Amino acid sequence: MTVILNEGDSAGTTGAASGSPVDAAPEPGKAMTRGRLVLIRFMRNKLALVGLVVIIGMYLMAFVGPLLSKWSYDQQDYSAFLEPPYADHIFGTDKIGTDMFALTMRGLQKSLIIGLLVALISTTVAAIVGAAAGYFLGVADKALMWVVDLLLVLPSFLIIAILSPWFRGKSWFLLVLMLAAFQWMITARIVRGMTLTLKEREFVKAAKFMGQPARKIIAKHIVPNMASLLIIDATINVGSAVLAETGLSYFGFGVQSPDVSLGTLIGGNAESATTFPWLFLFPAGFLVVFVLAVNWVGDGLRDALDPTSTRVRRREKKDTKEKAA
Amino acid sequence: MAGFLLRRLVNYVVLALVATFLAFTLASVTFDPIGVLQQRNPPPPAASIEAKKRDLHLDQPIPQRFVTWMGGVVQGDFGRTITDRPITDELGRRIGVSLRLFLLGITIGILFGVLLGVVSAIRQYKFSDYFATLFSFILLSTPVFVLGTLLKMGAQGVNDAVGSNVLIFVGETTPGFQGNWFEHLGDRLQHLIVPTLAIALGQIAYYSRYQRSSMLDVLGSDFLRTAQAKGLTRRRALFKHGLRTALIPMATLFAFGFGLLVVGGTFTERIFGWFGMGDWLVTGISAQDTNVTATVTLFVAVCVLFSGWLADVLYAALDPRIRVN
Repeated sequence: MTVILNEGDSAGTTGAASGSPVDAAPEPGKAMTRGRLVLIRFMRNKLALVGLVVIIGMYLMAFVGPLLSKWSYDQQDYSAFLEPPYADHIFGTDKIGTDMFALTMRGLQKSLIIGLLVALISTTVAAIVGAAAGYFLGVADKALMWVVDLLLVLPSFLIIAILSPWFRGKSWFLLVLMLAAFQWMITARIVRGMTLTLKEREFVKAAKFMGQPARKIIAKHIVPNMASLLIIDATINVGSAVLAETGLSYFGFGVQSPDVSLGTLIGGNAESATTFPWLFLFPAGFLVVFVLAVNWVGDGLRDALDPTSTRVRRREKKDTKEKAA
Repeated sequence: MAGFLLRRLVNYVVLALVATFLAFTLASVTFDPIGVLQQRNPPPPAASIEAKKRDLHLDQPIPQRFVTWMGGVVQGDFGRTITDRPITDELGRRIGVSLRLFLLGITIGILFGVLLGVVSAIRQYKFSDYFATLFSFILLSTPVFVLGTLLKMGAQGVNDAVGSNVLIFVGETTPGFQGNWFEHLGDRLQHLIVPTLAIALGQIAYYSRYQRSSMLDVLGSDFLRTAQAKGLTRRRALFKHGLRTALIPMATLFAFGFGLLVVGGTFTERIFGWFGMGDWLVTGISAQDTNVTATVTLFVAVCVLFSGWLADVLYAALDPRIRVN
C-alpha cells in the first residue's frame, strides 16, 4: 500500500513552501497567509465550490425545509394515496398518504447527522491512535496493523450487520458509535505512516531533547502537522459514513423505526421503484448528490491544502467504496 | 519466492480463522434464537425449548461451540440451520450462484477499469478524460443499492421499448425452463446482464481512478522516455514498459476490490432475487442463525484471502524485486 505523504506540509509554512508556486497574485498591502492561499486555491476549484454550496444547502434544507412545508412526516393525507408529485405534495405521497417531501427531509436529517458525527469521532480517534502507534511503535503498533488487516477480511458491514439485533430498539447513537468504531482504523494506518517520517524531523527531535513528554509532542507537533490530511479525511469520511449507514439501513440493520433515514426510505421503496418511481428517486437522488458533493469538496480540499499530492482520490480509502457497495 | 508466497498463505489462513471465530462469537453473543421461539403464541412447552437449546448447543460455552462447529467444517459439515436443515446441502448451489456473479463482475470491472484508466491518463485533460472522470465520480457516489434499482428501472424501460422481456431482472434463471443446453445458456445470460452491470460499473469506476493516477505517475518517468529513445514506438513503450509498471500498485487494490465486491454482491443478490451467499447472510441474520452467518463469513474470508494471495502472486509476477528477495 502506498501512503500519501504531505511532504513538507508543516504548520506555520507560508504559501511559498512545499515547492508549490504561489499562483495567486497577492493583493497589495495584504500579506499572503497560508489560510488565504488555501482559500484562494479552494475557491478556484469550481466543482469543489459547487459541492460546498450543495452540502450547506442540504444541511439547511434538512433542518429548515420541514418547517416551511405544510405537511409533517407523521401526518397522513387521506385524499392522496400513492400520488405522483404535484403542487400540493411536491415529492408525491406514499401508500398511506404521507408526504414524501416531509419524509425525505426527515431521513436526510438523520443521515446527515450520523455522517457528521461518525466522521468527527472516527477522525479524532484515528489521529490519536495512529500518532501514538507510530510514535511509540512496539506492541500497540503491531496490534493496530493486525486489526486493520483483519478488517479487510471481515468487512465492517458484516460485523455491524451481525451486531444489529443487539442495538435494535436502542438509540440511533449506538449506530453512530458502531460506524465510527470501524471507520477510524484505515485512517489510523495512514496517520501512523506519516508519524513515522515526522518523528525523524528536526523540530520533533528538538522538542524531545528539550524534555517534552511524548503526549505533548504528539498533540503539539505531530498531529497539527497532519492537519491537512485529517481535514480531508474527515470530509471524505462524512460521505463514507452516510453510505455505510444507508447501506445497513437498507437491509434494516442500521437505523431502526421509528427513526427514518435515507437508507430505510430507499430500502423500503426499492421494490416499488419500477411502478412508483418517486418513492425511490427522491431519497436516492438526495443520497447520491450529497455523497458526490462531499467527494468534490474532499478533492478540492486536497488540491488546496496539499498541492504536492497527486490528484489521487485516497489510495487507502477503499473503505468509502466498501460501504458504498 | 515460493517461501514468500507460502508465508503469506499461512498468514491468510490464520486471518480467515480469526475472522470466522470473531463472527461466530459476535453472532452467538448477539443472536437470541430462543427468544424468537418463546415469543410464539401459544408459547411452546418448556421441554421443547430445552430440546432446542440442546440442539443449538446453547448450553455450552461459545469457544466450545466454535470448536464443535469448526470440527464439522473441516470434515465438510457446516452444521444445521435454525430450521434444522443441513447447511452443506444448500452451500454448493449458493456459492455457485454468487461466484458466477462475482467472477464475471470483477473480470469486467478490472478489464474495463484498467483500460479506461489508461486511456484517460494518456489523454489527460482531453474531453474523454473529463468524461471518464465525471462518469467515475458519479458512479463512486452511487451505492450499489441505488445503482441496482436504477438499472432495474432502465431494464424495464428497455423491455417496454422492445416489447418483449429481453433483459430479465428477477432471479438467476427462469423456474422450470425447458430447452437444450444452448437455450439454457441463453436464458442464464438474459438473467445475468443487468446484475453483472450493477456490480461491474462500480468496479470500473473504482479501478479506473487508481489506474489513471498510477499511469500518470509512470508517464512522466525516465525509463519510458528511454524506451522510446532506444527506438520503441510510443504504443509499444506504453504497454510493454508503462502499463506493466503502472499495474504494480494496482495488484494490491485487486485484493481489496474483492472484499468490496462481496459486500456489493449482497445488495445485488437481494435486489435481483438471486439466492446466493449474500442473500443467505441477510436471511441468516434476520433469522438469528449463527451457523449460517458463520458459514457466510467463512466464505467471505476465504474469497478475500484468496484474492489477496492472488494479488501477492500477481505482485511477484509484475515486480521482479519481490521475486529476487
